[in-house]
Order: sequence, then C-alpha cells, then structure tokens
Amino acid sequence: MSTSTVTPQTRGSRFTAAAANYLDERTSISGAVKELGRKIFPDHWSFMLGEVALYSFVVILLSGTFLTFFFDPSMTEVYYDGEYMPLSGIHMSVAYHSSLDLSFEVRGGLLMRQVHHWAALLFVASIGLHMLRVFFTGAFRKPREINWVIGFVLFVLAMAEGFTGYSLPDDLLSGNGLRIIDGMLKGLPVVGVWISYFLFGGEFPGVEVIPRLYVLHIMLLPAILIVTLALHMVLLIVNKHTQFAGPGRTNENVVGVPILPHFAAKAGGFFFLVFGVIMLIATFFTINPIWNYGPYDPSPVSAGTQPDWYIGFADGALRLAPPNWDVHVFGYTLPFGILVPMIALVGLLVVVAIYPFLEAWITGDKREHHIADRPRNAPTRTAIGAAGVTFYAVMWAAASSDIMATHFMLTMEGVIHTLQALLFVGPVIAYIVTKRICLGLQKKDREIALHGFESGRIVRMPGGAYIEVHEQLDEYERWRLVSYTDYAPLMIRPNAKGRITATQRARAALSRWFFEDRIVPPTKGEIEHAKEHGHH
Amino acid sequence: MSQHDDEATGSAVEAHTPREVSIGTAVANSDAVENPGLPPHRERVTDLDPRKDRQMSRRVVALFLFSILASIFAIVAYFVWPIDVSVEGFGTIRNNNMAIGIGLAFALLAIGTGVVLWGKNLMSGEEFVEQRHGTRGTDEVRAKVVKIFDDANKESGFGRRKLIRNTLFGAIAAWPLPAIFLFRDLAPAAEPHELLRHTMWDAGIRLVRDPDGTPIRAADVTIGSAFHVIPENLEEADHVLDAKAKAVVLLMRLNPAELNEREDRKDWSYDGIVAYSKICTHVGCPVALYEQHTHHLLCPCHQSQFDVANHAAVIFGPAARPLPQLPIEVDAEGYLVAKSDFTEPVGPSFWERER
Ligand code: FES
Repeated sequence: MSTSTVTPQTRGSRFTAAAANYLDERTSISGAVKELGRKIFPDHWSFMLGEVALYSFVVILLSGTFLTFFFDPSMTEVYYDGEYMPLSGIHMSVAYHSSLDLSFEVRGGLLMRQVHHWAALLFVASIGLHMLRVFFTGAFRKPREINWVIGFVLFVLAMAEGFTGYSLPDDLLSGNGLRIIDGMLKGLPVVGVWISYFLFGGEFPGVEVIPRLYVLHIMLLPAILIVTLALHMVLLIVNKHTQFAGPGRTNENVVGVPILPHFAAKAGGFFFLVFGVIMLIATFFTINPIWNYGPYDPSPVSAGTQPDWYIGFADGALRLAPPNWDVHVFGYTLPFGILVPMIALVGLLVVVAIYPFLEAWITGDKREHHIADRPRNAPTRTAIGAAGVTFYAVMWAAASSDIMATHFMLTMEGVIHTLQALLFVGPVIAYIVTKRICLGLQKKDREIALHGFESGRIVRMPGGAYIEVHEQLDEYERWRLVSYTDYAPLMIRPNAKGRITATQRARAALSRWFFEDRIVPPTKGEIEHAKEHGHH
Repeated sequence: MSQHDDEATGSAVEAHTPREVSIGTAVANSDAVENPGLPPHRERVTDLDPRKDRQMSRRVVALFLFSILASIFAIVAYFVWPIDVSVEGFGTIRNNNMAIGIGLAFALLAIGTGVVLWGKNLMSGEEFVEQRHGTRGTDEVRAKVVKIFDDANKESGFGRRKLIRNTLFGAIAAWPLPAIFLFRDLAPAAEPHELLRHTMWDAGIRLVRDPDGTPIRAADVTIGSAFHVIPENLEEADHVLDAKAKAVVLLMRLNPAELNEREDRKDWSYDGIVAYSKICTHVGCPVALYEQHTHHLLCPCHQSQFDVANHAAVIFGPAARPLPQLPIEVDAEGYLVAKSDFTEPVGPSFWERER
C-alpha cells in the first residue's frame, strides 16, 4: 500500500487521518482493525437473540448506574417521612425508604427503575431463547463447546443478578423471597443453618443482608459477568459465527456481511431499537410497584404474589414436592421436600451444561461444525430439547398453581396433582411427539428433494387421466434440504485386546437411541433416478 | 485471517482441512449432492432506481432529525412536568414518567430505525465470503509452543526439582486458607441452631395483637375468629424483626367438640382457643390465610395446608411437619398468656433440628 493514495481532501478527512495516525503510532491498533474490520457475519433472524441479551445488558448497566446514585442499601430502621401518604410514619429500612424516594421524588427516577427492571427481565429471557437457538441448531458442537459452557455460566449469573437486585428494595414481596431462600438454605444437610447464618449475619432477617446483596449485585457479580461476557465474545470471534446450510455456504467458509460497515450498522441500529423498546415499555407499564407492598415484616404476606419470571421454575419445583417428606438419619433431619426439588433444579442445569460433551462422545465426531443444523435434521437432539423445555415449563407453570386454580375455578389439589403427573409424563410425550414430527418433516424434505413439490397445476393427460404436475426444485433450493450430516448407530467392536468394554456398550446403546430412526439424505444418484422416473 | 474470496466459490466449496480428523459415526457418502455455490446476487430497488435511493435517504435523515427533536422534548419534559406530589398529587409522577419516557423512547427508536434502514437499503448489499481456518494452531506453531514449554522447563528445573515444585504447590494451596477463616465474623459467635430453638415466648408472656400490641382476653376470641399475635415484650428484643420472624403466632377458637387434641397437649389450649406458630414449616413464609369453616390454614407461598382441628397436621402441599403449637392459658385478669416457649423449633426443617 502506498501512502500517496491517502491524500486528505477535506478538513474532516485530514483530521480523521491525523487522529488515526496518532492512535496507531501509540497502540498499533491498525492491526486489530485490519483483522476485525472486515470480518464476515452471517445473517439470520435467530442470531439476533444473543444480541438482544448483550444490548439489554448495556441498558441494565446504564440504568443501574443511575440508580446507585440515589439508592442507599442500609437496613437501619427509620420512620417514613416522604411524599407517599399511605406509608406515612411507617417503620421501614433505609433501603426501602430510598427506593421510594428515588421513585417518587427524583425526576425520571421511577422511569429508570422501570427501565432497569424490564431490561433485566428481557436480559434473562433473551439469554434463555439464545440458548435454545444454539441448542436446537447444534451450534454448541466442536469447536464451540467451551463457549456453550461460558454462555451457561452467563445464564446462571444473570439469574443471580436478577435475584439479588430484586431483593434490594427490602419490600414485603422481596423479603418473603429472601425468607424462602433462607428456608431452602437451612434445609441443606450439615452446613445449611451455618450458610444462612453467615449470609444474614446472624438470624433471619438481621441487618446485614441487603448491604451484602448490594455489594454482590453492583460489584462482584457484574465484574464476573463482564469478564465472562468478554470471553464469550472473544471466542465468538475466534470460532466465527455458525451459518445455516445454503447454497455457497460450506463448513469452510462464512457468507455474510462485513463488520464495517454493514454489520456494525445493523447491530448498532439494533441496539438503539432494543433500548427504545425497553424505554417504551418502562414508560407505559408499571413493574414491581414496591409502594403497594409495604416494607418487609415477617408477619404479613399477600396471596397470589409471583416472583420474577425466571425464578418461577425454582418456586414451582418447591410446590410440587409431596407433603410430610422429612427423613431422619441418625437423629439428623433431611428435608427431602426441599432437597429433592433443589436436586432436580441443579440436575437440570448440569445436564444443560454438559450436553455438548455428551453428544460429542456419542457421535465420536471430532470435526469442526460450522453449519447450523435445522432442528428436524437432528431428531433425537431436538426431541431431548423439547422434553427439557417441557420439564422446565411444568415447573414454571407450577409457580402459578394458585392463580390457575382461582382463575379456572379448579381445586388447588387438582392443579398440583395434574402438574406432578405432567412433570414426569409431559417430557416423555414431548419427546415422542417431537421426534415423530422431525422424522415426518425429514421424510417430506426428502420427498420434495426427489420428486419436487405439488405445483397445484392439474393437467389432463391424452388418455383422459388427470395428474397434478410436480415441479422440481432448483438446485439452490434442493441444497438446503439435502445438506445435513447423517449419523449411523455405532457398531460395537472389540477393542485391541479383543474385549468389549462397558463404556463401549453404553456408548453404543446411546448411539442406537440417538440414530436408530434416521432419514438418509438423498444422493445424486437417487435424484437422477427420480428425475428419469418422475413422470407418474 | 480475513481475506475475502470474491472469485468463484467453487474452489471454496472444495477447500478442506488436510489433517485427518475422526468423523465418528457420521456417514460419508461419495454420492452426496454437491454444493451448487452462491446463487447470483439480486439487486434491491434502491440499487436499481435512483429515485427510490433518494427517497430512502430522505427518510433516514428525517428519522435522525426526529430523534433530535425527541431528545429535546425529553429535556423540556423534565422541567415542564416536574414531580410535585404534595401540591399536585401523584399524577405528577405519572406525567413525569410518561413525558420523559416518551421523549427518550422515540429518540432511541428513531436512531435505531434510521441506522437499520441505512444499513439495509443504502449500504452495499453485497454478500462476502470469508474462509474459515481450523481453530487448531498450525503444526509449526504448536511445535514452537511445545519447544517453549520444554525450554522453560529445562531452564527452571520445574520437572527436575520435584521437592521445590511440590512444596510450592503446598504453599499455594495453604495460602487461601486464612481467607476462609477471615469470613467467620460474617455472623456473631453463637451456634445458630441453638438460636433457632428459642423464641421470645415464655411462661406468663401475654399474647397481644399484631401490630398494635393490645392484649387479648379469652372472651374476645369468638368461635371462628383468628388473631395475628405477637408476644407483648417484642419491642424489647435486640432485633425486633429477628424476634418477630420466629415468634409470630396465629390464635383461633374452634368449637371444642370439633377440636381433636393430642392427649399430652390437652392443657395447651383454653376452651377451644389454640395458638400455632405462623411460620410455615416448609420454608418459612407466614401462614396467613385462615379458612374458618374448614379450620384450614393456608400458606400462600407454596400452598401448604394445615388442619387446625387436627393439631395443625399437613394435609396438602410441600410442608413436612405440623405447625408447632404454643401452649397457652389465661392469667388472673382474663388475658391470654403463654405457658412456656414453643417446645420445638419453629419454621423450616434443618439438619440439627431433632438433636
Ligand atoms: S413456605 Fe409455606 S408452603 Fe412453602
């Protein structure tokens, strides 16, 4: 590159050139821009889910910073002397008082609180959907397993951030949430009572927990979250984005638009859209009206209250345990009614975290995979995902069991017993149905790839018979349907010592489970053959 | 890294990693359909029609101008709709929230829409192809890395001087241990499970109404009624909320004929009046809802139900134990008082509970 081509024409471009030069001579940033500036990003609507999560996190940081200027996390008891008459003279903590003040006496304070809360709800939701997208398209496969785990950690951190933040105003509702946490912690064997004791700085509720949660919420957790997020992004760049199968798209290339300018414009614009939508919701819809709940007091509670949506599955899991389930071992108490739901929750999360490694072990496929699967082309995985979603959904629904009962005039017992049954039956049904649907769709794809689709044009044959004309796909359309990886079940073979190990057997069993029912993609030969004989 | 391959994509399709990698149980088909390569590029209206192009750019400019106006509106709104609850009432909060919010929201949405329209319609719509390179470093680089570690190992004697290395590991493992102890003072010195066994209740302590603290005469408690109760000396506690979190009680009077009492607890009630801990034995919510005609107490958190007529046994829901009963009697002036503290810990189950 010769420098003479860069002839500054206008004052603006001269300034830009000078600034760029200044920066580069001190940071050698030109290298990074050269590497990244024209990096290619593929496009698909579902790739935006992760972006929504990222942008709502930025919104959370901005609005949250504003809130810290006004919020005071102290649990010192005061009498309310603010503007909100119904609470006048009531005993409350400074934390609750300052939450009321920043809502009622700071201009735009309520707006920022609502932006913060809505953005948090959207943050967790979009992470969840993003994970589902990655799962159902198999985008977690090599080389992205580690990034899947990092993303999973982000999901857990987001929920932790949500819960700690939700507790800070020290209102009646969040106080009861903390009490439930306290009860769950106390149920843990051996260390439970101690953990609760240390967290609350003594007995529940104490005067320490809100300041401690505040430190976690605004410093420790965000710091970890930001570092983890940065790692997630770095690996995204290193691995490059997956793309869906399509003509010209291969496992060895990326087809899309470059970061500068096109992707940056789309992504940057999208950030403002996400922010704008959150702002609009926060403008018109109240969220968490703490002034209606009153300050925390261990005695009152109101019926029909709900936790934030992402805690619902945990709350629901607790509701589904059967009565009277304390178990005594050597005089010690194991509250199974609490422990079993907790184990189920942790188990679900662990399965989510390790799934990529499990599938990789079953297929034994060590290649890199950059083409996203269509969910139907991995029927067993998709069915497992559907079963998992159903399991989660039943627990989540259980968190509203009382509301369902009162709204639909059902008995509480009826609702809970139904959900208990669904927790076990639901995933099985979801699994079977999903797998059938996937295989059906694959079969249809195969049909269409071989014989074309029904054009809706009826033709009368010279012999008098009517036939519907089948139109062939063009080769671009066909490629979308036929290009997927096909796996066969593993054959058990003796190892070098002539033995068949138990691990081999397990792997073969799993492999059979995964790949026994499969629809093979049509080959060139079959398509040729179908063309020749295609005129029914 | 990011060279583009704008030539025929055919070569890109064929490119593959030379290294042999296990394909596992994937089926390699020699007769698989071939990738037809990128379809021809399609032009957009704005590429073909300069009038549309101009129209679009006008639209984008209008959006950006609108955004500026909306931002100014938000600033103006900040002053025009101040919050003034004491004079003008709560409507002022809503107005302030709405006006600032609308300004900010439209300022953001207009920027977003404008930039996206610009990107989608006016920037080049060309798709580019970039080659991927295996994530794995090249063999040369990896050999160099191995050499670096080898050299470092030789120069430091890390592998050879085993004793130095292992004692270092030990020291590093021991080093964080003090930090764990530093956290002991997160909570005071007491044994927590001992604290859980006691509440403010004791012999002779009056049952008073929550929250106003007035004592309750046995005669005030009519059949079917329920009282939310605290101990009369609650305000004397070091931490009122801590004490209250364990001591809250529900007081109910049933028709003595309907009350099924345990033999050893016959004298814990007074003429059909019974007192039970209000703290749910599941995870500790207040069991606040009393259904008078069924004598059932319902916990709103996870719907555990307790049968008051039947020593508060769990009849539904995830709770593990009956609610603990507070033994009560009547003092000389006819007021209800406790006979003793609870005889078991209130609230959720815990490991050392039965010890
Ligand atoms: S706390 Fe009462 S049912 Fe869970």
